Amino acid sequence: MRDLVIIGGGPAGMSAAIAAYEQGVRDILILERDESLGGILQQCIHNGFGLHKFGEELTGPEYAWKYEQKVRELNIETKCNTMVLDITEDKVITATNAQEGIFQLQAKAIILAMGCRERSKGALNIAGSRPAGIFSAGTAQKFVNMKGYLPGKNVVILGSGDIGLIMARRMTLEGAKVHAVCELMPYSGGLARNIEQCLNDFNIPLKLSHTVVQIHGKERLEGVTIAQVDENRRPIDATREFIPCDTLLLSVGLIPENELSKAAKVDLSPITNGAVVDQDRQTSIPGVFACGNVLHVHDLVDFVSEEAEIAGKAAAAYIKGNTGKKVEIPVKTDGKVRYTVPQVITVKKDITLYFRVGSVYKNVRVNVTAGDKVILSRKRPKVAPGEMESVTIKAELLENVESLTVSLEVL
Amino acid sequence: MFDVAIIGAGVVGAMVARELAKYQLKIILLEKKNDVAMGASRANSGIVHAGYDCAPGSLKARLNVEGAAMMEEVCKTLGVKFKRNGSLVIGFDEEDRKGIEKLMEKGKANGVEVQFLDQTGVRALEPNIGGNVTCALYAPTGGIVCPYDLTIAALGNAMDNGAELQRNFPVSAIEKIDGGYRISSENGEVKARFVVNCAGLYSDEIAKMVGDDSISVHPRKGEYILLDKECGGLVSNTIFRTPSKMGKGILVSPTVDGNLLLGPTSVDKEDKEDKDTTEGGFAEILSKAKEYVENLHAGKAITSFCGLRAVGNTGDFVITSRSPGFVNAAGIESPGLSASPAIAKYIAEMLKEQGLELVENPAHIATRVSSHHFRDASLEEKNAMIRENPAYGRIICRCEGVTEGEILDAIRRNPGATDLDGVKRRTRAQMGRCQGGFCMPYVTELLAKELGIAYEDVTKCGGESLINVEKTKGGMAQ
Repeated sequence: MRDLVIIGGGPAGMSAAIAAYEQGVRDILILERDESLGGILQQCIHNGFGLHKFGEELTGPEYAWKYEQKVRELNIETKCNTMVLDITEDKVITATNAQEGIFQLQAKAIILAMGCRERSKGALNIAGSRPAGIFSAGTAQKFVNMKGYLPGKNVVILGSGDIGLIMARRMTLEGAKVHAVCELMPYSGGLARNIEQCLNDFNIPLKLSHTVVQIHGKERLEGVTIAQVDENRRPIDATREFIPCDTLLLSVGLIPENELSKAAKVDLSPITNGAVVDQDRQTSIPGVFACGNVLHVHDLVDFVSEEAEIAGKAAAAYIKGNTGKKVEIPVKTDGKVRYTVPQVITVKKDITLYFRVGSVYKNVRVNVTAGDKVILSRKRPKVAPGEMESVTIKAELLENVESLTVSLEVL
Repeated sequence: MFDVAIIGAGVVGAMVARELAKYQLKIILLEKKNDVAMGASRANSGIVHAGYDCAPGSLKARLNVEGAAMMEEVCKTLGVKFKRNGSLVIGFDEEDRKGIEKLMEKGKANGVEVQFLDQTGVRALEPNIGGNVTCALYAPTGGIVCPYDLTIAALGNAMDNGAELQRNFPVSAIEKIDGGYRISSENGEVKARFVVNCAGLYSDEIAKMVGDDSISVHPRKGEYILLDKECGGLVSNTIFRTPSKMGKGILVSPTVDGNLLLGPTSVDKEDKEDKDTTEGGFAEILSKAKEYVENLHAGKAITSFCGLRAVGNTGDFVITSRSPGFVNAAGIESPGLSASPAIAKYIAEMLKEQGLELVENPAHIATRVSSHHFRDASLEEKNAMIRENPAYGRIICRCEGVTEGEILDAIRRNPGATDLDGVKRRTRAQMGRCQGGFCMPYVTELLAKELGIAYEDVTKCGGESLINVEKTKGGMAQ
């Protein structure tokens, strides 16, 4: 029996482990499928990490290293090159590695920190052939930054997610020509700062309301046909344009990797594709917590770390026997707000609600209502799906509250 | 000089090689691509047809029924997954009912077990079939198989028994020589006493090289959509609409690997290389499949692909010999996969009649270790294998749970994978929901190491399909 097993040694897993340790838990094990800790940060060699958390600009590996050092310093046990195959409702974990083979562990508490994966080309059903030269942006990032190989010289990027934007700059710096970034929506899903620093600074055109409609090439990609889309996201034939290229990178969304959560029968949200959690990031199964991109996709690793600290502390409390749920206040959303995390509040304390909106809105008011009473209202000059928002509710505002709704009022 | 040269490493060529490798013969299989099962055998429905819909008395009907009867045993021997999941041909109106009644008659004439189901019967068997279904033909002996797994395993078994495989050998000329044929390609030449033409879409062109103009083959395009394993349980039988003259229509079927397959479209073409999927194709597949299976979600698609059936001009399989010692297996469209073991026997018999001595090889190995041997093992067996070879403990493809050991097997075993798609078809690595997003760089590394080639020389599927084009600045500095 282990006190705490953490699935995933990326920024979420490491931060959660440290937080749990600081609350007095000593029997902690981190299981990591890759050969080293750090998760996807290892291949994010650009800077911009840590501004919120450490007040300095770090690269991904530097940010990860701060946490890895701490994990080592605290002697928290880690097993790398170890893949978790299954988790049961009763918190039995089955994992495999080359040294121990397939083994099982019983945990008192589990923290799910498996991260997310990129949506693949298959899910898009783009017409045409299936040549080499089509990669998700993160795969290209791995080739370039970790393996030292350039997957192509003439690039079109579909989707303006942050990894796509980062890779537009990275490929350009490596001598490739990025012809265009096509975004299906009329706005980008990436951070404003990435559009500025990765596209505008390099004169890479961002084509909003555009998509790739055809892939050309027998063996290696020879080009793509792009087209503008109408308000129903249907391609407009008259705008079809052929762009010769040898590489198509896809940055069309991230999906929390919840296959293990499903195996454990954790309740998932159809909107975040992650677990439904309370303010402690506890899932529908007591003692199973989730944090980081496996819970919902974050824009900044700094917020992943913060969320993981919440989960780590709460797991420590659970292990010590402080498990009592006191109340059950569901957090609902209106149409403009897609989701919140947490989705339910079980303890009346100061609580920060994180949320994403479904579209770009300017000059809005974020309202938190209890029944028909607005208990909190905050103005925002602009909100966008690519930027996570938050509001903090003081404990005293939650008195006599049975349910909350987060909504957006366009002024 | 070889005893037999087989042109084309699709399922028919591979099955012929497997059959002939039982005898003391020197066999070579000539394939123009970088891997086997690269034509219709790569992209088809994977159905072992019960045999109810071929014209009674045709060669198709005979070899379909014979082949389907052999398939379970062949798959068991070769370690290939086969499932007798049953086939349902469903109808919605009076015309469909007539069509189904006709099919019932054909099925009975072909000696196939068929049952007529009313609406209640259909819905009891398949609750997710649309409520407006009126009746169905049920063929419990229909099955499913993975077509490229079968091809790879059959050829692997032939090679384990001494058959040779020459890849990247596009045949450009065939010349009659004393006691046989000289087969030439840009990559050399091969002489053989007997030749079997299993060149699929190009079998007409191969026949012409020996002056046989009797064969005509054209491509019929079929697009497919593959859904996530989450959807694999929506139906358990293979669901067909009542057929039209263009084929069996859009089917919905579980695959042996647990996905759900939708398709194919059916469009006659001239271009034998046009495997492009189309916007119209997606729309057609989805709208038709949704007409009869409920709870289908397009968002669960993990990939789409297109196959080209080699359609002959006679409506039947064309298995002929117009030049001594030269046998054609042409126009092997559906149910060619189902018939393939019987086609192989049929061709072996033809060759024998033409003077090929079939002397049994006493050292013949009938079985092949399954490519699923690790994943199908028990926990204890797996741990024993990991102790023996720790590579089985390292997961490379997380979505499909494929280990390094299995990938190394795929590269090392006959016929070894030499590119990323080859590893994918043999192990399922890169075939899951992330479609290789995570594991492609690792599989690339294993291929480079095992084949002793540079990392940047690894291809997706041979030829010019390179994955990486050059080293980065940092990569060059290292």
